Amino acid sequence: MRKVTERDDYEVVVGIEVHAELATESKVFCGCKTDFGARPNSQTCPVCLGMPGALPVLNRRALEYTIRAGLALNCSIAVRTKFDRKNYFYPDLAKGYQVSQYDIPVAHDGYIDIEVDGQPKRIRVRRVHLEEETAKLVHAGDDIISANQSLLDFNRSGIGLIEIVSDADMRSADEARAYLTKLRSILVAIGVSDCKMEEGSMRCEANVSVRLRGSKEYGTLVELKNIASFRAVHRAIQYESARQIDLVRSGGRVTRETRHWDDARGETAFMRSKEQAADYRYFPEPDLMPLEISREWVDEIKSGLPELPDARAARYAREFGLPASDAALIAESRELASFFDGVCDALAKAGAEAVDRTDGPREAAKWLVGDVSAALNASGIELSQSKLAPELLAELIGLVASGKISGKIAKSVFEEVFASGKRPGDVVRERGLVQISDAGQLAAIVQRVIEANPGPVSDYFAGKEKAITFLVGQIMKETRGRANPQETNRILREELAKRA
Amino acid sequence: MSLSREETARLADLARLSLNDDELARIAHDLAEIIDYMEKLAGIDRADVEPLSHVLNTVNVYRDDRAEPSLSQEEALANAPDRQGEFFRVPRIIDTGEGSEA
Ligand SMILES: [Zn+2]
Repeated sequence: MRKVTERDDYEVVVGIEVHAELATESKVFCGCKTDFGARPNSQTCPVCLGMPGALPVLNRRALEYTIRAGLALNCSIAVRTKFDRKNYFYPDLAKGYQVSQYDIPVAHDGYIDIEVDGQPKRIRVRRVHLEEETAKLVHAGDDIISANQSLLDFNRSGIGLIEIVSDADMRSADEARAYLTKLRSILVAIGVSDCKMEEGSMRCEANVSVRLRGSKEYGTLVELKNIASFRAVHRAIQYESARQIDLVRSGGRVTRETRHWDDARGETAFMRSKEQAADYRYFPEPDLMPLEISREWVDEIKSGLPELPDARAARYAREFGLPASDAALIAESRELASFFDGVCDALAKAGAEAVDRTDGPREAAKWLVGDVSAALNASGIELSQSKLAPELLAELIGLVASGKISGKIAKSVFEEVFASGKRPGDVVRERGLVQISDAGQLAAIVQRVIEANPGPVSDYFAGKEKAITFLVGQIMKETRGRANPQETNRILREELAKRA
Repeated sequence: MSLSREETARLADLARLSLNDDELARIAHDLAEIIDYMEKLAGIDRADVEPLSHVLNTVNVYRDDRAEPSLSQEEALANAPDRQGEFFRVPRIIDTGEGSEA
């Protein structure tokens, strides 16, 4: 008899394979450009079209980038390595084989540290190898194309591609997403790939299985393809693990297969069985010479590595006292991090503007993870495409720190600066938003409000502390929010005390 | 050693070769001889022999990462058995879904 199990008795086991296109100027084995968005089939030559007799020559920078990625992922770098032919037939592969690496990857046995819900975890990276990108198959919705034909663009064929394979160390969709996020932030930080999932320069496949918690054995593995965003990774793994758990609990068996993630339907669908999986008949690529990677070169690449996101986040927390979560969020994005550095530089230059050495950066971080991120999300653009510059945000922070405007007014100034790229000081002047901090001026307004609101004033004297909030609100209304909140509070209480 | 008909047919299928019964039998025989020879080599003491991944005694042949002129679109598409506008046109592969193995 089958033992009754609960869904919670199972855990999901996930391993991830990532392909990232290298940001080299030319392709990995020929001199064709790698520009995205060029006219179809305008960046090709006999080598990347797979013409008979054409010979590949390795782009040294592609190898350097692969080593750099390996080092940034804490891998060991092979001393001797080579390329191999992976043989299979598919229309996007002109030669009938892909130049790849089989038994000796450029880099192996590294790791990435992630954190989910405050829990740190180390995910092992099994290997990083270099291969060539395939051509792009276009299934355009053009009615001239009949249902049984596809179009091919060879501009992508032969672009350097690294494959990064993790061990099956992840135990949830959250961990898988955290791994991918961290991996992308590292690859972008070291400049080897732009990792744009929407342009296909970073792609991911997840191997998903389930097993009873505490079990040493792995369950049957299902490979998920067509995952085109981090959100899709999360959804696909959640869907697939639930599917497998339900299947096993109802007495069924998971079969070894490849499934296709359908983002619109939010489900995975059978693609092909792994029993019929191709046998790639790898053998050493005779057209390319073996590689001997000198330790001097590896050391040189290592010493040229920029600060990685983890180290940067730690430094932000240490130097500026940023909360760990803000520091990690900023450090993980190269754009946010360089913008943040720019704001800090501008604040340091402004110096005299009454911004403390750590208060300024902390404010900058608050803006970046708060209003700036929200504005970017709302407008659907990248920080680099926006009109906001680090100097502008620094100026805005300075205006608040020096008491010229209140924090509340600053938010409305920010909106205009974000939309127009105007200087915050100019916006404040144009809209007459300068904060009123002058005691005499504030006292006059406070007195007017007290006289106009005898009811709330007597409520206050009757012990209703809340009446103060109402009176402050009236003062803000009168000044269109420009009254200095601290001063207003102080003067209001003083004036009320006089009438007690 | 001998190679079964099924194994031979599978290899032919992987190489996209269409073989009739006579050809299958002949190729199975030839392949078996090749494998026998390889096994002879495998029996030799190779303890002191480094694995060879290339017959030429050269390593580290590189080019610099510099873009060179490509073929024109027309040149690239000139030998295409079938084309549509700026694209090569090929029969659609349905059974494996989208994208390639890579
Ligand atoms: Zn080319």
